[in-house]
Amino acid sequence: MLSSFDPVILARIQFAFTVSFHFLFPAFSIGLASFLAVLNGLYLKTKNEAYLRLFQFWVKIFAIGFAMGVVSGITMSYQFGTNWSVFSDVAGPVIGPLMAYEVLTAFFLEAGFLGIMLFGRDRVGPTLHMVAVLAVAVGTAISATWILSVNSWMHTPQGFEVAENGQYIPTDWLEVIFTPSFPYRLAHTLTAAYLTTAFIVGGVGAWHLLKGRRDNPGVRTMFSMAMWMAALVAPLQIVLGDMHGLNTLEYQPQKVMAMEGHYESHPDGAPLYLFGIPDDENQELDYAIGIPKLSSLILKHHLDAPLAGLDTIPDDEQPPVSIVFWSFRIMVGLGFLMLGVGMFSLWARFRGSLFTNKWLHRFALAMAPSGLVAVIAGWVTTEVGRQPYTVYNMLRTTDSVSPLGAPAVGTSLMFFILVYFIVFGAGTFYILRLMAHAPEAGEPGLTKADGPVRTAGITPGVEEDPERFLHPEETTEER
Amino acid sequence: MDISFDLTVAWAVLLVLSVFIYVVLDGFDLGVGILFSAFHERRERDVLMNSVAPVWDGNETWLILGGGGLFAAFPLAYAIIMPALYAPIIAMLLALIFRGVAFEARWRTERAKKWWDRGFIAGSVVAAFAQGVALGALLQGIEVEGRAYAGGWYDWLSWFSVITGLALVAGYGLLGATWLVMKTDGDIQEKARSLAWGFGIATVGFIVVVSAFTPFLEASYAQRWFEMPGILLAAPVPLAIAAMAVLMFRSLAIHKHEYRPFVLALLLFALCFAGLGISMYPFIIPTEVTIWDAATPWISQIFMFVGAVILIPIILAYTGYAYWVFRGKIDPEKGYH
Ligand code: HDD
Ligand code: HEM
Ligand code: HEM
Repeated sequence: MLSSFDPVILARIQFAFTVSFHFLFPAFSIGLASFLAVLNGLYLKTKNEAYLRLFQFWVKIFAIGFAMGVVSGITMSYQFGTNWSVFSDVAGPVIGPLMAYEVLTAFFLEAGFLGIMLFGRDRVGPTLHMVAVLAVAVGTAISATWILSVNSWMHTPQGFEVAENGQYIPTDWLEVIFTPSFPYRLAHTLTAAYLTTAFIVGGVGAWHLLKGRRDNPGVRTMFSMAMWMAALVAPLQIVLGDMHGLNTLEYQPQKVMAMEGHYESHPDGAPLYLFGIPDDENQELDYAIGIPKLSSLILKHHLDAPLAGLDTIPDDEQPPVSIVFWSFRIMVGLGFLMLGVGMFSLWARFRGSLFTNKWLHRFALAMAPSGLVAVIAGWVTTEVGRQPYTVYNMLRTTDSVSPLGAPAVGTSLMFFILVYFIVFGAGTFYILRLMAHAPEAGEPGLTKADGPVRTAGITPGVEEDPERFLHPEETTEER
Repeated sequence: MDISFDLTVAWAVLLVLSVFIYVVLDGFDLGVGILFSAFHERRERDVLMNSVAPVWDGNETWLILGGGGLFAAFPLAYAIIMPALYAPIIAMLLALIFRGVAFEARWRTERAKKWWDRGFIAGSVVAAFAQGVALGALLQGIEVEGRAYAGGWYDWLSWFSVITGLALVAGYGLLGATWLVMKTDGDIQEKARSLAWGFGIATVGFIVVVSAFTPFLEASYAQRWFEMPGILLAAPVPLAIAAMAVLMFRSLAIHKHEYRPFVLALLLFALCFAGLGISMYPFIIPTEVTIWDAATPWISQIFMFVGAVILIPIILAYTGYAYWVFRGKIDPEKGYH
């Protein structure tokens, strides 16, 4: 039955599924690691108990999310070989070393300091503990930097030559690492991670406020901090996204054409389509609703500037338009909704009703998962828009794939879907249960009671104190 | 080109080293997962899990380095081996996911605890078996055409690879049992000691069977093992393995040592590794692709090498320190005072 499927499509679905699942966790943990560092720093400086309480509250959630990021990430580093072997052979000399550096500089750093961050406050003293918290936050950012460098090279490859055996041989490492799209992608993705976390934190705060826990200083502080992030960073993200788009227009024009739904060229001013149904077959946008000339204004900063459309691109070099068109609109739409929350909160703050305005709280609660949706939509835009290439203009996706039949890939795909939903579903359930519990005074943090957290890494975090694990039933009962 | 030659060998050594570190480190903690099924009381299971909980995540980072290192230093080999071993690799990844989340989830629920325990056992057994199968499949040979894998998607499956799969389960069980002898006391230690016997005998048996078959898989293996000059290097290995096995059983049963069986089991693994190396060198995919065929160009080798020689010693020092901090017994009785 499975053999009637196209193995390339199956491999693409499998990669997209596993990497999207993986990225949900980094998007949350990159932001949360920095948030925890800020909370801990503020606590050390002000000795305000609310910050400590929040640190202890979020660090438990961080531990689970981080664990799930790690195990889903191990899968990723093997999938290049299992499913994209030609790509691995050809591009390996360029991107392999960058990924090796990611392991050596980021993953071991994270594994090394996580234990101290989670359990070490009393054991190593506040200074060393703070250092560990910072090290983990920096580790996640280093990891993002390397992997995004790899990804950016695939979008805007440079600094290499093609050898006789077909492999790409680096000629200049700085050019390989710092490709033209890299700074934009790094800034946009890291900011996206911060926004993702801000909206989750804000959503949890809003939920507790709606439950009437207005007098809990932990709840107030987290909601207020999250709303500051939304108000300040959402506009920044829109600016960064715009710059990213301009950069893409320069290096990957057909991706922008697909995002905009521009099948035809516009010699004197292109409209910005808000809605429409892309029809790849007939190369037209049905039921289009657009604002005349606005697209030229945004992309070229001139109302009458000409913009080329997909009619200038050969059919076999076009990305699938409808996916890119819609995922881009989802991301941008959510970006403006986030801005809306930020502005609403500024207004409420100014009126002194930040902690009492129920509509603000409902809005923020509804937006809690918005960052997660937006980052996936953003990646789909980026990756699908690069099609039909894996290494842009160099290596086609259909030429990158492993010599595997559909039965093999189809079977593994089914298992991935099954296992991921069971395992990560359970993990997410435990996270939600922790969130439903308001942060209390003397919030216990990751104490002995929670058992050995597996992410403790290679550090002497967990003591071998038998009391802890001999009586887990006293402390980890169902809540 | 002289320099490039040296770096290729250096990278091969580094890679073998990280795979070896992975095998012995994750070997004992997967082994503890395998032994989980022999301990039924909750108290025992808690102690077992806690004996590896603080270290196993760091242990698995070596797996990422092994895979990432293969990709980075020998991309052609990575591109051929991974599709050839597709099913066992995917099975291993899925098993490790189950196991990894079980470590955490088991403590967050009462109702589902027994399910996570089962997931932990199954994940450990499947991961160990899949790794052994992958090794066997690599040894028995992979069909290569041009720069790609040319076989079918279940070529990896053979009697030989099933035997190497079982062999690794037994070997990891032995590492896990001797680890427990070292880390525990009382009845748990006693039980671990007898398990170490069983798994030890099984391991030695599998070593004999696998070694008897291996030379006949490829002509070049037999040449290495039975003809001059290879035999000079090869002959001491089986002798040393036999000696090591005897020492280990004596230490386990007669002297009732606590630390030594684990160390001797590690040495047994190291010798098997050396034997493997003798069979395979200089091939990375036996009789098809040598390490020089598969090596990444010099500019990539040197770029990573600088980082690796600085960072790997730091990481090793750190790991050693962590194990030092964790030395000593887990006292299962103390909690009941
Ligand atoms: C923008 C950030 C970002 C992106 C695009 C990716 N990751 Fe990731 N990854 C992280 C950010 C991150 C992280 C935040 O640094 C994680 C999450 C938890 C962790 O340990 O580190 C991580 C974990 C993580 C791990 C486990 C590390 C460990 O054991 O500590 C591996 C092997 C990978 N990733 C590999 C990949 C691959 C092969 C990717 C591309 C296909 C990828 N990641 C995309
Ligand atoms: C409304 C403002 C936004 C604009 C104009 C915008 C613009 C863009 C563009 C043009 C791309 C594709 C880049 C490429 O060609 O590869 C992109 C990608 C992406 N976007 Fe946005 N974006 C916006 C909001 C957001 C928000 C709110 C988030 C998440 C919180 C987000 C997360 C991402 C991510 C993760 C990617 C993929 C990684 C990358 O290529 O940078 N974006 N964005
Ligand atoms: C973590 C964030 C990422 C997400 C969410 C993501 C998303 C996706 C998606 C949705 C696809 C499928 C595209 C399609 O089928 O049309 C894809 C394909 C792919 N991506 Fe990414 N990607 C991410 C990061 C990366 C990185 C960092 C790399 C490179 C190291 C990468 C390399 C690839 C490759 C090789 C494919 C398969 C070929 C293809 O279909 O384009 N991706 N990714």
